[in-house]
Amino acid sequence: MPSKCSTKCLNQTHKVFFDSRSVPRAFWENGDEDVTIKILFCGVCHSDLHVAKNEWGFTNYPVVPGHEMVGTVMKVGSDVKKFKVGERVGVGVIVGSCKKCESCQQDLENYCPQTIFTYNSHYTDGTKTYGGYSDMIVVDERYVLRFPDNLPSEGGAPLLCAGITVYSPMKYYGMTEPGKHLGVAGLGGLGHVAVKMGKAFGLKVTVISSSPKKETEAIERLGADSFLVTSDPAKMKAALGTMDYIIDTVSAVHPLLPLLSLLKLNGKLVTVGLPDKPLELPIFPLVLGRKLVGGSDIGGMKETQEMLDFCAKHGITADVEVIRMDYINTAMERLAKSDVRYRFVIDVASSLSQ
Amino acid sequence: MAMSSENEHPVKAFGWAARDSSGHLSPFKFSRRATQEKDVTFKVLYCGICHSDLHNVKNEWGITSYPVIPGHEIVGVVTEVGAKVTKFKVGDKVGVGCMVGSCRSCANCKDNLENYCPKMILTYGTKYYDGTITHGGYSDIMVLDEHFGIKIPDNLPLDGSAPILCAGITVYSPLKYYGLDKAGMHLGVVGLGGLGHMAVKFAKAMGLKVTVISTSPNKKKEAMEHLGANEFLVSRNTEEMQFAMDTMDGIIDTVSAVHSLLPLIGLLKNNGKLVMVGAPEKPLELPIMPLLLGRKIVGGSNIGGIKETQEMIDFAAKHNIVADIEVIPMDYVNTAMERLSKADVKYRFVIDIANSLKPI
Repeated sequence: MPSKCSTKCLNQTHKVFFDSRSVPRAFWENGDEDVTIKILFCGVCHSDLHVAKNEWGFTNYPVVPGHEMVGTVMKVGSDVKKFKVGERVGVGVIVGSCKKCESCQQDLENYCPQTIFTYNSHYTDGTKTYGGYSDMIVVDERYVLRFPDNLPSEGGAPLLCAGITVYSPMKYYGMTEPGKHLGVAGLGGLGHVAVKMGKAFGLKVTVISSSPKKETEAIERLGADSFLVTSDPAKMKAALGTMDYIIDTVSAVHPLLPLLSLLKLNGKLVTVGLPDKPLELPIFPLVLGRKLVGGSDIGGMKETQEMLDFCAKHGITADVEVIRMDYINTAMERLAKSDVRYRFVIDVASSLSQ
Repeated sequence: MAMSSENEHPVKAFGWAARDSSGHLSPFKFSRRATQEKDVTFKVLYCGICHSDLHNVKNEWGITSYPVIPGHEIVGVVTEVGAKVTKFKVGDKVGVGCMVGSCRSCANCKDNLENYCPKMILTYGTKYYDGTITHGGYSDIMVLDEHFGIKIPDNLPLDGSAPILCAGITVYSPLKYYGLDKAGMHLGVVGLGGLGHMAVKFAKAMGLKVTVISTSPNKKKEAMEHLGANEFLVSRNTEEMQFAMDTMDGIIDTVSAVHSLLPLIGLLKNNGKLVMVGAPEKPLELPIMPLLLGRKIVGGSNIGGIKETQEMIDFAAKHNIVADIEVIPMDYVNTAMERLSKADVKYRFVIDIANSLKPI
């Protein structure tokens, strides 16, 4: 018999607002490999805003966003080995994959062609997935993360998307050699975590931004070594050919040439933001400097766990503004204007009421 | 007072140069420096015609200063060596590619990456250490710092090895750097010209499966029967291209015209690499989603260092790889340039300098 869960959901218009109406959904029997989680906190990722407004064109309303959630295990299936009731856990961007393909076998569930996303996606039986702006979720244990004891829930929740999104390419593209120079383009949810991780890897970190007013914050609070304003031609010129790698977190359409010029020989520009149009790629700088532009998309489960443990070890959390559920629409408006340092996190357990 | 090309150096030389952006080449008297202590002087036997020569003579990159004697796929025989030369002796064969100098002291030079030295001196059209402009291989003699000379293995024919010095290294270097050199991998090669046909040959010798991607269906037979490609995709055939999606470990893209990257990125498997060795002068459109969703990269590469060029030609000798060429006399060069601009050559013109370059 279907059980009703109280969720906030989106009306099918472009203006985001929330109703507190119960959304009947197929109640997943907690399967043998599943855990049921009471959600405590959920980060507000920019992707939530894109999907809520159907900016990518594939939103299937009603949609319950949220893929940076931390909660407590309420129930475990009979085959569950990793978790016990009462443990603190996290759920990120994916809740399923085929488990059989080469990517899944290599712990790269994020590159499985049949990835099931935490929200706005479907299980193989057709059941829709609903995300963390809700009171509970049932997930296959493979896609649940153990939350390290010393990682606070509020500051740790955004790591489940923002954290892994920058950690994975930093490892894959070799951006972890102490002493090397990392540029971080864009100082938002992704960017500020990249700065912190870069410093933990022993890198010199330069923030590359269009907003001069973020400089003090970047250097004094986040620990960046330097700050480059893209509209300052003299400073940009002085920084030419100085960076080993750049993580580009900017999702607006932007020119790549200035960023490529900042790279040394063999430099790597890795883009993790999602502009909705193609970018212009000048080829000469790539050829003359043997440079590359690469992409990366979140990370697999094993690596996400590794990332959380790394953050716990180095005391890395996201800088957050905790909000109540009913503030969400205002938060979305502020997020659209980048008016947040640097992630909103919804205190779901305290503020999501029937 | 500016010295004329004929008088700036003590040794008389003769070649063919372009004097303006029409790109028309004609006989040209000039001079070469005397053999310095680390130089070798050699008589040019053959010189390949690289597409860069065409770009340069017509000033398509906007950097040409006339008169220019092109040619950077040069094979010759040493006639004189300086007192401190150890690499060559008189009578040895020597090859010269795209570079004749570099700073020799920066990190790149010390790492055998002279091609990435910020002060790299190109074989033609660049200022040499002495302030004079370098002149390339469409000429009778050259004087070369021995460091930049390549030894031509005995078993390679001289005419067919000339193009290897630019086209060969241009594709060999990225195959190695980007790790697209392991037996069993699947490589795509876009464009079947001077660079493309060398890429097919090298990749086959390394044990890769090779698919040629081309706009011209009439190149299929040649690609598969003569060059040994395993498959051939016509890039305008969307069905063929779709079927091949997600099958390639890497792609070497030799096309210098502006073209679409999206279908090529789609051909790559996860973690696949699209390597640009052609250099369109306008930016290309880079779709970001496909790059992200498959953790793919688009990278570039530019010729190779001297050590690697030697390694490359030794590899070519071991596997009997030479360029497919059409040997021409010097006075055919303007017609050859026209045909080259229409890709009407299989796959490189090589000028028989020794037998056809006659001083006026």
